[in-house]
Amino acid sequence: MATKAFQKIYTKITQITKATCSLRATGVGYDELASVDGKLAQVVKIIGDEVTLQVFSGTEGIRTNAEVVFMGKAPTLKVSEQLAGRFFNAYGDPIDGGPVPEGKEVEIGGPSVNPVRRKQPSELIATGIAGIDLNNTLVTGQKIPFFADPDQPFNQVMAMVALRAESDKIILGGMGMTNDDYLFFKNTFSNAGALDRIVSFINTTEDPSVERILIPDMALTAAEYFAVEKNEKVLVLLTDMTNYADALAIVSNRMDQIPSKDSMPGSLYSDLAKIYEKAVQFPAGGSITIIAVTTLSGGDITHAVPDNTGYITEGQLYLRRDSDIGKVIVDPFRSLSRLKQLVTGKKTREDHPQVMNAAVRLYADAANAKTKMENGFDLTDYDTRTLSFAKEYSDKLLAIDVNLDTTQMLDVAWGLFGEYFTPAEVNIKQELVEKYWNN
Amino acid sequence: MATKGIVKGIVSNLVTVEVDDPVSQNEICYISVGGVRLMAEVIKVIGNNAYVQVFESTRGMKVGDEAEFMGHMLEVTLGPGMLSANYDGLQNDLDKMEGVFLQRGDYTYALNDEKQWDFKPIAEPGDKVRAGGWLGEVDENFQPHKIMVPFAWEGTYTVKSVVPEGKYVVTDTVAVVIAEDGTEKPVTMIQRWPVKKAVTCYREKPRPYKLLETGVRTIDTVNPIVEGGTGFIPGPFGTGKTVLQHAISKQAEADIVIIAACGERANEVVEIFAEFPHLVDPHTGRKLMERTIIIANTSNMPVAAREASVYTAMTIAEYYRTMGLKVLLMADSTSRWAQALREMSNRLEELPGPDAFPMDLSAIVANFYARAGYVELNNGQSGSVTFIGTVSPAGGNLKEPVTENTKKVARCFYALEQERADRKRYPAVNPIDSYSKYLEYPEFQNYIANHISPTWIEKVNEIKTRMLRGKEIAEQINILGDDGVPVEYHIVFWKSELIDFVILQQDAFDDIDAVTPLNRQEFMLNKIVEICRTEFNFETFTEVMEYFKNMINIFKQMNYSVYESEQFNNFNEQLDALVAERAEK
Repeated sequence: MATKAFQKIYTKITQITKATCSLRATGVGYDELASVDGKLAQVVKIIGDEVTLQVFSGTEGIRTNAEVVFMGKAPTLKVSEQLAGRFFNAYGDPIDGGPVPEGKEVEIGGPSVNPVRRKQPSELIATGIAGIDLNNTLVTGQKIPFFADPDQPFNQVMAMVALRAESDKIILGGMGMTNDDYLFFKNTFSNAGALDRIVSFINTTEDPSVERILIPDMALTAAEYFAVEKNEKVLVLLTDMTNYADALAIVSNRMDQIPSKDSMPGSLYSDLAKIYEKAVQFPAGGSITIIAVTTLSGGDITHAVPDNTGYITEGQLYLRRDSDIGKVIVDPFRSLSRLKQLVTGKKTREDHPQVMNAAVRLYADAANAKTKMENGFDLTDYDTRTLSFAKEYSDKLLAIDVNLDTTQMLDVAWGLFGEYFTPAEVNIKQELVEKYWNN
Repeated sequence: MATKGIVKGIVSNLVTVEVDDPVSQNEICYISVGGVRLMAEVIKVIGNNAYVQVFESTRGMKVGDEAEFMGHMLEVTLGPGMLSANYDGLQNDLDKMEGVFLQRGDYTYALNDEKQWDFKPIAEPGDKVRAGGWLGEVDENFQPHKIMVPFAWEGTYTVKSVVPEGKYVVTDTVAVVIAEDGTEKPVTMIQRWPVKKAVTCYREKPRPYKLLETGVRTIDTVNPIVEGGTGFIPGPFGTGKTVLQHAISKQAEADIVIIAACGERANEVVEIFAEFPHLVDPHTGRKLMERTIIIANTSNMPVAAREASVYTAMTIAEYYRTMGLKVLLMADSTSRWAQALREMSNRLEELPGPDAFPMDLSAIVANFYARAGYVELNNGQSGSVTFIGTVSPAGGNLKEPVTENTKKVARCFYALEQERADRKRYPAVNPIDSYSKYLEYPEFQNYIANHISPTWIEKVNEIKTRMLRGKEIAEQINILGDDGVPVEYHIVFWKSELIDFVILQQDAFDDIDAVTPLNRQEFMLNKIVEICRTEFNFETFTEVMEYFKNMINIFKQMNYSVYESEQFNNFNEQLDALVAERAEK
C-alpha cells in the first residue's frame, strides 16, 4: 500500500496477540483502517493513547517494529457499474486478474434505512420451485436463509433460485467457501450467460477467517449502490453465515469478551441484524433481497446462530431428503416465508392461501398416519389416502426439481385433493371449493 | 454552567469521558465527532471518568473529542401531537428526518410548535390542583387530550387563571397556577419527564378487573386480559408472535395504542405504517393510525437506543393514562431489550448472571411491568396502561432468564408453541400451558357475571378441562392405537378438537374471522359447551371422526360468515340438525 507523504508512520508496537496488536498513537478515529507492515487492520479499541488494532489476516510474522500507518477512514469500496461481472476478495480487491474498478468511494457498513422511508415489499419473486413459490412465497426486499446441513445441496438450490428469479443484479458473498464451491458458482453463472449481472465477494477456506467479517458489508454496499443509485432489483446471496458468525466469535474471544450462548458474542443478534436488515424495498423502486445459508450442526436449530438468525430473518427454508420419493424437497413443516401473505392470493390466484394451508395440513395428517403405521397400528381408510396423497404431493410439488408457475401449482394441488379427498376433509372455504374442485 | 468532558477511551459504543465537574448517573451528554453531536448516557462513574453509552455508531470518534453534559436524564417531551407519530427509541420524529437513510446525530423534535389546537378550559380559578391535575383539554385525533399540571411539580397549587376557549400552540401559556409559597408558575401544553421514572400522579392503583376486549377468542374467551393488566407472549420464531400482536393492537378496545418495535424487523413496522392509516378501529369506526403511536427502534438501529425505547413508550403510555384514557402498550420484543442490557453489561465487564445477562435483569423486568396498571386518578377518574410484551426465548427454550423473570411478574401467559404452529393451528397459543390469573380474581368474576353472563367463567373452565382431557386421550391413542381405547374416548378427544378448531383457532387474515366481538364469542362458547355436554351415540371410532370432521367444517364456514346473517343462521341450523342426528335422546 502506497504511503502518502503527510501520513505519520508508527514503528513501535507494544503488544501482539493472535488477532490484534496495540501501539501508542494519537489522533486516531474509532473504526479507522490502518496497515501494519502492509497488512490491513482496523481500530477496535482506544484507551488514552493506546490503540488496539484488529489485523484481518492474522498477526503471524508481525514485528514489534512493524510500520503502522493510519488511513483516516473506515473500510471502503469503490462503487460503479464497473463492479458488474467481477470477482473480489474481502477487501474489495479484484481476484479475477482484471483491472481495479473506478468509482465513488463509500464506507462499508453504512447507515440504516429510516423505517418510515421503507416501502412494504409487494413484488413476488418466482422461482418455479413449488416448495418455495406455493408454500413459502418470496417477496422482493425479503431476507430469508436456508437452514441446511453441510451435506445438503444448498449452494445448488441457491444458484438455481438466483438464476430463475427476476433480478437486475446478483451479488454473491462467499464466506469460508471451498474453492470447489467458488468454481461451481463461477461456472454455473457463466454457463447461464449471467456473469455480467453478477458481482462476487469471495473469501475461501484458504483465506484468513477473520477477513470474512468484511464480506457481508462489502456485498451489501455494492447492493445498495445498484438498488439506490440505479433503482435496480438486487438479489444478495450470502453463504455461509455460520462461518461469518464463527469469525465474529474468534474476534470477540481474542478481545477477551464474555461469551454468551454457544461461545458466541453477546452482540450476535445485533451483528446479524445489521446485515440482514439491509434487505429493503426502496420507495424509488430498487430493492435488496437477501437469500442466505446458515449451516446447522447436526440439524440443531436451537444453536445460537440459527436461533438468532430465525428471529431476524423473514422466515427460513429447510431442505430434506424424502426417502419415499428419493428426492430433495423443501420441507413444508418448518419452512416459512413471513412475507408470503403480502402476495399470496393478491399477486397469485385467490385460492392460493387456502390451498397451501390445506395441503400442508393433509401432509401433516399423513405424517401422523406414518407414525401410526411404523408403530404397527391399523390404518384407517383416511390414513391410507393421506399417505398416497403425501407421496404424490412430495413428488409433484415439494421436490426441488419442479419448475411450474403458481397457477399450475394450484391446479396440481386441486387435482390431488380431488383424487384423494372429499371437500369436507379438505376444509376450504365453500365458494372456492365450488369454483375449483375437479375442474 | 454545563459540565464539559474530554473523550479518553472508546470501545464500540462505550466511551470513557474525563470530567472535572460533577456529573450524575444516567445524565445525558453530547459528544462532538467531526462536527456531529452524538447523544450518550452516563452509565458508570469512576473517579474523574464517566462511562457513557453512545446512542449511535462511534465510527471516527477520537480521543480528545469534546463532551457536553446536559444536567438531566433521558427525557421525553409530552404534549398534544404525539398520536399518529412515528418515533425512534429516543422520541425523535422519524417522519421529520430527511433522506432515505438515518443520518447519525440527526435529532428531530417530537411535537409540532406551529399547529393550532382547540383548547377548552377545565379548571376554574381558585381550584386546588396537584401534578397531573387537569387544567384544560384539546382535541387530539378525537381524543380529549388533557393539559395537566406538569408531573414534576411537587405540592399543591391554586389555579390563578386558565385561558378561554380558543386556538393555541403548544408553547403558549394556557394557565397560571400559584404554588404554596406564593410564586406564580405558567403552564404550557408541553412538559418533559425522565423516562426511567414512573409517573405516579394518581391516588390509588387497585387490582384491575375490567375485561379488555381484543376480538381474539383464545385471549378473550379462554385467557382474558384486563384493562391495566399485564401479559406476555413467549414463542420460538415462526410461531406467530408478531401476527398475534398485530391482531391485538388492531382490534383491542383501547383509546390509545402504543407499539414499541424494539429490536425487531423493520419490515414488520413498515407493515404497520402501511396498514394502520387505512384500517378502521372496529370500536369507533375511525382510522387505526389516529389512536396509535409507534416507537420504532428496529434491530438495525442503535442498540443503546433500543433499551431506551421501551421506557420512552411506557412514559408516553403513563402520560395518556393520567388523562383518564385506556392505553394499550405492546412491546415486541422484550428479549431484544434484555439483550441490549447484556451487550452493555458485557462491555462494562460486569460479572455476568445466567446466560451472560446482567445480574439485576429480574429487578429491571419487574420494575418495568410494575409501571402498567389500572389507576384511580386524584380527581376520581380512572385510566389504565395494559402492557403486553413478547419474549423471544433463545432456542425456543422457556427456561431462559428473560422468560423466567417475566413469568414472575406478568399475569397473563400466552405460550406460543412450535408444534401447534407446525400443524398450522393458529394462533399457536397452547391452551393448556397458557393462563390468565385474572380469571381467579373475584373482582373480575363479578364483572363478567354482571357484564356477560353468570355462567361464563364456569364454561371457560369447562372447555379448559376438556382440552386437557383431550390431550391426555390423544397421548393414550398414540400409545394404544385407535382400537385400543373405547369409542367414548374418541368422542371426548373429538370434542376437544371441536373446541380447538372452532374457538381456539382463528384466521387472522380473514376479514370476518379475524375479529370476534364479545357477543359472538358468547354465542360460540354457549353453542360449543352445549354440544360438548351432549351425549352421542356411535358404534365405531371412524364414525366419530367423520361426524366431528363434518361438524368442524360447518363451524368453520360459520366462522367465516357475517354474524347472524342468513348464511350464518343456515349453518347454525345445519349444526342443530347434525347434533340431533346422533344425540342420545
